Parts: sequence; structure tokens; C-alpha cells
Amino acid sequence: MKRFFAFVRKEFYHIFRDKRTLLILFGMPLAQILLFGFAITNEIKNADIGVLDNSKDVTSLELINRIKASGYFKLAEYGNNTESIEESFRKGKIKLAIIFDRDFGKNFQLGKNPELQIIADASDPNTANTLINYISSIVMSFTHEKNINNKISLINTEFRMRYNEELKGVYLFVPGLITIILMLVSAMMTSISITKEKELGTMELMLVSPMKPYTVIIAKVIPYTFLSIINSAIILILGKFVFDVPIQGSLILLMAEIILFILSALSLGILISSITDSQQVALMISLVGLLLPVILLSGFIFPLENMPLWLQYFANIIPAKWFMIIIKSIMLKGSGITDIWLETLLLAGFTLVFALISVVKFKMRLE
Amino acid sequence: MKNILFIIEKEFKQIFRNKAMLPIIFVMPIIQLFLLSNAATFDIRNLKIGINDNDKSTLSKELFRKIASSNYFVLTSIPKSISEAETELDIGKIDIYLEIPPNFEKNIINKNIDNDNTIYMLFNAIDGTKAGLGNFYLQSIIGDFSGSIIKYNKSIYFSPEEMIVFKNIGITYSNWYNPELNYNNFMLPGILVLLVTMIGTFLSAMNIVREKEIGTIDQINVTPIKKYEFIIGKLMPLLIIGTFELIFGMFIAVIIFKVPLVGNGLVILSFGIIYLIACLGLGFLISTTTDNQQQAMFISWFILVIFILLSGLFTPIESMPEWVKYITIFNPVKYFIEVVRLVMLKGSGFGDIGRHFLIISVFAISLNSLAVMRYKKTNI
Amino acid sequence: MKELSIKVSNLSKRFGNFVAVDNISFEVDKGEIFGFLGANGAGKSTAIKMLCGLLEPSSGNAEIAGFDIYKETEKIRKTIGYMSQKFSLYEDLTVAENIRFFGGIYGLNKNEIADRTKYILDWLKISNLRDVLVGSIPLGWKQKIAFAVSVIHNPKIVFLDEPTGGVDPITRRQFWEMIYLKSGEGITIFVTTHYMDEAEYCNRISMMNKGIIEALDTPENLKAKYSSVNMDEVFLKIARGK
Repeated sequence: MKRFFAFVRKEFYHIFRDKRTLLILFGMPLAQILLFGFAITNEIKNADIGVLDNSKDVTSLELINRIKASGYFKLAEYGNNTESIEESFRKGKIKLAIIFDRDFGKNFQLGKNPELQIIADASDPNTANTLINYISSIVMSFTHEKNINNKISLINTEFRMRYNEELKGVYLFVPGLITIILMLVSAMMTSISITKEKELGTMELMLVSPMKPYTVIIAKVIPYTFLSIINSAIILILGKFVFDVPIQGSLILLMAEIILFILSALSLGILISSITDSQQVALMISLVGLLLPVILLSGFIFPLENMPLWLQYFANIIPAKWFMIIIKSIMLKGSGITDIWLETLLLAGFTLVFALISVVKFKMRLE
Repeated sequence: MKNILFIIEKEFKQIFRNKAMLPIIFVMPIIQLFLLSNAATFDIRNLKIGINDNDKSTLSKELFRKIASSNYFVLTSIPKSISEAETELDIGKIDIYLEIPPNFEKNIINKNIDNDNTIYMLFNAIDGTKAGLGNFYLQSIIGDFSGSIIKYNKSIYFSPEEMIVFKNIGITYSNWYNPELNYNNFMLPGILVLLVTMIGTFLSAMNIVREKEIGTIDQINVTPIKKYEFIIGKLMPLLIIGTFELIFGMFIAVIIFKVPLVGNGLVILSFGIIYLIACLGLGFLISTTTDNQQQAMFISWFILVIFILLSGLFTPIESMPEWVKYITIFNPVKYFIEVVRLVMLKGSGFGDIGRHFLIISVFAISLNSLAVMRYKKTNI
Repeated sequence: MKELSIKVSNLSKRFGNFVAVDNISFEVDKGEIFGFLGANGAGKSTAIKMLCGLLEPSSGNAEIAGFDIYKETEKIRKTIGYMSQKFSLYEDLTVAENIRFFGGIYGLNKNEIADRTKYILDWLKISNLRDVLVGSIPLGWKQKIAFAVSVIHNPKIVFLDEPTGGVDPITRRQFWEMIYLKSGEGITIFVTTHYMDEAEYCNRISMMNKGIIEALDTPENLKAKYSSVNMDEVFLKIARGK
């Protein structure tokens, strides 16, 4: 046991000596959560638009002001002709253009239904859609007010946003970030650090020591487990105190599930290092085989239900998908173990399978 | 200068002999293009909705049908009450619950416009974007629905005087550059950039530091080779591979995924080469400041994640706060993404993106000069 | 008058508070085999790295083949060869490719490279290994090839940093025969080792201990001075402080 702790201590030394890696390890979750919390948003504000106002009267000016005042748009170009609008599109200066006909204002006052022409840059279809919708609703409320009988509204609506009243993006990013960081630290770091010892030949040195191979491996992964737990704690705390992301469910259950996921990521890391002897290969397998699927198919950034069916089925074998469901449920819905036992069981199953395969693989290589 | 050729030759041999690198260089792009193009979509469809129609009249059924048959929603449940809907929301059976009040039709026909006629909606808002868009889609379906009722029954709702001066604006809109609103046309060019960036930066970051780790760097450093010769010799093979990847990726995007190439592919290519030189310079810079591959990998990962998140690839830069927009000025990835999209979809030429060329050249020159400066043959 | 190959005066290297090389001075004649002996961590590698221009000295002066190590590093690099303790050939290149690469970056032309390749393969009698990846060749052979490659451009001086580390005695013997051959051709050999039996092969040796040169003379004189039968004894006596 004493020898074992000597080993663990050596691993800690390795990590703490390497100030750069350490800085990145703790800086990364910090920087990412701040970015996601403050900078990354799908909501569109201040989109640059161009206006070609051939009408130039009270109505068109008022409508333009209304659009500017909405906060969604910024007037970047007050064009004189169609060519200048086209050029602005090509240079990427504007996302949308509004064109008023010459008699727009006159026709409007006479109730002659003038047409308002909108051109959207649909190279980004989502933004185009959203912007057109914004403009339409601004125009609609504008016409509404201009009519005498403006009380017409046959159907009212009322809605409630459950779990996330203010529709904050961080609610989704905090669980997603924890998943990715855990994957990165536990799986990628372990696989690289084990293959590094193999590359340098120090692995053999340790294996000829009186310690059992599996204790060598366990000693290697303990520091990374610690780092992972600290990292997830940082993200949770930042999420809670900086961005008000709640933890509705039980903190103990949450930590237990996090540790379960760390174990599954660690066994994946060991599995990778048992297949290869080269750091570069380990890195690339982790990148392509672990991180990419985790980012894409865990539902973190891209909603799963929009993907083709084969991809949705494929996502089922990615532990991170289940972990994301678990952690979202506990944090945001306040679920208890009775609600998420199936996902937990699946995650535990994956962990067991990965651990078994890597044990078998390791034995085979040693013989 | 002849020395450079020997380094280039050696690098090529080493790359093509490395069994691990080959699949990464040739298979990863394909996987990424296929996987990302299928997975990376914000196109929000198939939201799971549960509708509770308490009226069961002609009009309510009409609205029910309109929502259920829309592309955006899939009817997965017909809950009987809010509490039932809440449970279904908890277990993820539905994303949205919509309740049509009793007397819905009667209230509309009788012009009984008060709060009684309220459609109630409940959203699972963990994914804020999804909930927001869902709400938006529903509101516009309901808006259209009531609009058409008014339109076809003007005489019920307006007096003849009102009808004469009824002011309205018709909106016609056209979607330029991507009339079918094909999401792949938007994402694939960006993914192309992602690919080139990752290959360029990772390969170069790992390269010099690997020689440090196995010790061959000293053997190079005692030779009379010049620092810039060494860096250029290392850069060329990776540049050729990266350029190949870019061309290959563009072929896949245009031929298999039918992304339009409105502009001139050579504009993208020439920009891409300068961009790659910048990426390689960044990688070498990382390489010269780190001691081992693990460090190099981590730092590149860290920098790339930030660059990519702030590049406008997934989320539009316009929506970022002002201070973040200033930061993105220093993000080379952003410029290439803009250029690829501008050229492929809008047909912009050299004249339109001259500024981009200038900026990326500054990046390429300064990153590589820094790398050459930081690389020391004699350590302190 | 003898021609000087290396001239070192008061050279030191400090890493923070740790003094790796402490004020050493010595001279090496042209064509000499100069041994640098000492236990691991005595400062041998640090000293050799400074002389090769891989490491900047903290203080002191040195001239390599008449060139100043601060100002004329580029000229020095053209006149020296180096083979390091860490393995110095590319494992994923073949023997011929390694020769071609190093010949190339030392500025040899096509014909010269072809000549040198043939020369090395004949010299070591390894024509059969020509197209074999270096990674699959036994260590002893690798070291011999690495030495041959380090003199590919006919340098005036070659620095060998623990060239025989981990190699069996027979191969070490062969290795030293190669060194003698090159020394006979007028190349100055500067070699570090911690094998004391190898010291006997050198013309002169310096004993390093804790960054200081404790003794510097021919093996015979040192043995006489410390009244020892072999270099091992000399070393032990010096290490224990006489």
C-alpha cells in the first residue's frame, strides 16, 4: 500500500510540475464557461441591414425607425440603388435588405396594400428565417396600430418556459461543458499520459517493479480523477454563482453520477492506451473517436432530434449522451434516481464493458 | 536553400510512413464532412408536441391539424390536463404542451374577444433556443390562422367604413444565395474551414515538439541549417497536405453535397493557402513554446476551441456582445469562414474580399516570424 | 607548434542556483582523442552542449577550431559533428535515408551523398541494412551508424556525448576502432563517457566531478599519480576526495 501511494504521489508530481498543462486544465473550463455564458448566443441582435427607400415619406421613415428601435437591427447601409445593395450583400456587409416602392407611403395611406420587398441573405438559412420573422412581426404590429379598429385579436396566447424561464443558453452549456471537460481530462489525458510512458520506455520500468500492472494503472488514473472532480466543481460553482444555473436535484446524486461518468471516461482512456503505443495515435483516436462524437451527438450543441435516424441510433452507444440526460435532469428538472435509473444503469453498463475490455487488452499485451 | 528540399523530403517520408497519421489525414476529412453535415444543424424540426383540444370544434380541429401537420412539430401525445403534461415534460415525452380552451370557436365567431379565448402553451426550455423557436413557430401558425379568419370574414369584423381605409402591408420576401434554405450550404463551407484549421494547427504543433521529445532536435541544431530553412522545410509538406485536403473537401462539398460554388474556386484556394500558412505558423509557435506533445496538444486545443467558438461557424458573430466582437478581430478562423461562404454562395471575387486577404497575410507573416524568432538553436 | 582544436577558459553554466559546470578550463589539440569522464550528473553533457552551441554558457570563453562560441556559432556548426546520448537518427527513416538527410542538410551534393552512403555502408559492412528502418536495428548498430553519420561532412571536431551508453562490450570495442580510424584521419574526438575502461582508449582525459575538472592528464600519468592499476581506481579515489 505504501508503494502504491508513492506511485500516486509521483503522478501528482508529474502533473503539478507541468505548469502549462495545469494552467490549461483549469483555465479551459473557466474560459469556456465565460465564453458560453457571455458571448455565444443564437439570439440575433443588431443584425446589419440595408434599406433602399424609394418612397422617402412619413410612412416609410416611421417604419424604418420602428425597425431600428426594435434592437434586432442596425442600419448599416442606406442605399441609393439596387446595385449598391447587391454589392453590400456580396461584401458581407448586410444580412437583409428592405426595399420600399416609390408609392409605398401613398398607397399605404389609401389602403391599397403596398408591397414591402425584403431580401434576405439566406446563405445562413436560420438567421435569414429569424430576421424575416422579426421584420414581419414589426410590420404587422405597425399596420395594426395604424388602423382605427386596432383591437382585433381573435386568439390570445399565454406561455410559460418551464425549467428555464429566461431561455438562457448557459442552462444547456453548463451540463455540456462538464461532459466535455470530463471526457477531455479523464479519457484523453489518461490515454496520452499512459502512452507517453510507453513511448519513453518508462512503462516497462514500472511493470518490472514488484507492483501489479493494474495497480500501476490505477495509480496513474487517480490524479486525473481528482482533477476531473475539481474541474466539474468549478464549472458547477461558476454556473451557479455567475450565471444562476440552478441545481434543483440532490447534490450527492449529482456528484455520484459525475464520478460514474469519470470512471467510464477513464476506462475509455485506458482502453485507448492499450491499443496503441504512440501519443499521436492516442491523441487522434481521442479526438476523432471521443471528443467529436461527444460534442456532436450528445445533444450539447446540436439537438439530436433533427439528425438523421441512423445518427440518432448511433448516438445511443455514446455514454456522454446518457450522462447529458442524467445531469440535465438532476440539475434543471430536479429529478431523483427513480426518474433516471435507466440512464444510470446504461452508463454503469458501458463503464463495466469498457473496463473489462481494457483489462483483457492490457493482459494480452503484457503476455 | 537546397537544404530545405532535404527537410521537405524527410518530412514527407516520415508522414507517409506513420501508420497513424495517414488515416487521420485522409479519413478524418471524410468522416468530419459526413458526420458534421448530418449532425451539425440548428435547423429545428420535429419538436415533440402534446396538444389538448378542449373545444373539439371545427375551428379548433383545424388549428390542431395545422400544428400537427407542420414540419416543425411531431404530435407525440394528447395529454388530458396540465398536470399530465407536466409529467410528460419531465420524462421527456413531449417538449411542448398546447392547450386549446373550451368555447374556442364560439368566442371567435361571437367576437367575444376577452381573456377567455387564450391558448396556453408550456415549453421545456432547458434548450432555450429550441423553446424560443418553438414558441415562434407556434405563434406564427396561430397568427396566420387568425389572420386568415379575419381575411375571409372581413364583413363580420369590420364596418364598411373601416374596410375602405383598412391599411395593410403585403410582404414579399426572397431568399438570396440559398433559395431553398438548405442548411448544408451554410454549414459545409464552414466545416471545410474547421477541417483545414485542425489539420494545419495540430500537425504542426505536434511536429517540432516531437523532435524535441525524441531528441533528434539537437542533432538538427548542431548543423549549419538556418532557422528559417528549418521552419520552411517543415512547413512545406504540411502546406501541401493541407492544400490537398482543402481541394479534396471542396470537391466532396460541391459534387456530393451539391453546395453551390458561385464564385471562383481559385479565390478560395489562394486564400486557403495563405490561411494554412497562418495556421501552420500558429502550430509551430505553439511547438516552440512547449516541451512535449501533451502540452502542445492541450494548448492547441484550448486556442482552437476559442477560435472556433468565436468564428461565426455555429453562432453568428453579430449576436455577440460588442467587446467580444472586438476580440474576434484577432481570430483568423473568422476571416476564412467569411471568405469561404462569401465566395461559394455569393460569388464574391478578389475585389470584394481584398481586406480579408490583407488581414490574413498579416496573420501568416507575423505568426511565422514569431515562430522563427521563438525557435532557438542555442538554448539559454 | 601544436595546432589547438578546442580552447576553453573559465566556462560556467548555472541553472538558477544550481551550478552545473563550474569555471572549467582546458585545451584540446588537433587530432587528439579527448575523454570527458565523470559520474552521471557531473556536468559532462552540459559542457559538451555548450561547446556544440546547443546551450548558452553563463560565463567564460571558448573557441572551437578558432571560432568564438558566442559570435561564430554558425561557423562552428559547419566544422563540427555531434552525436548525442539520446538517440540521434530518425527511427522511421531507413539507414540510407538518414544518411541522405543529414548529408543534405550539411550541404553535400548528390554525388557526394552517393559516395558517402557507399563509404559508410562498406565501412560498417552493412550493405544489407541499407533500406532497413533504423527503428528495427539493434542498439549497438544504431550507435555505430549514428557515429558514421556524425562525421559525414568530414568535420574538424566531433563531439560524442555518451556514445556507447547501454551497448555491449564487443560493440563498444568496435566503436572505439571506428573512433581511432577517424582520429587517424585528423579529426579531433571529444568524447564523454562514464565507462572507466573506455578512458584507457583516450589520449588524454579530464575527470569531472560536481561541475569541476578534478584532474586532467594522460591515462598513464593519472594512474601513476594516484598509484592505481586502472582508471576505475583513479576515479574512485578522486570521487572520494583522494
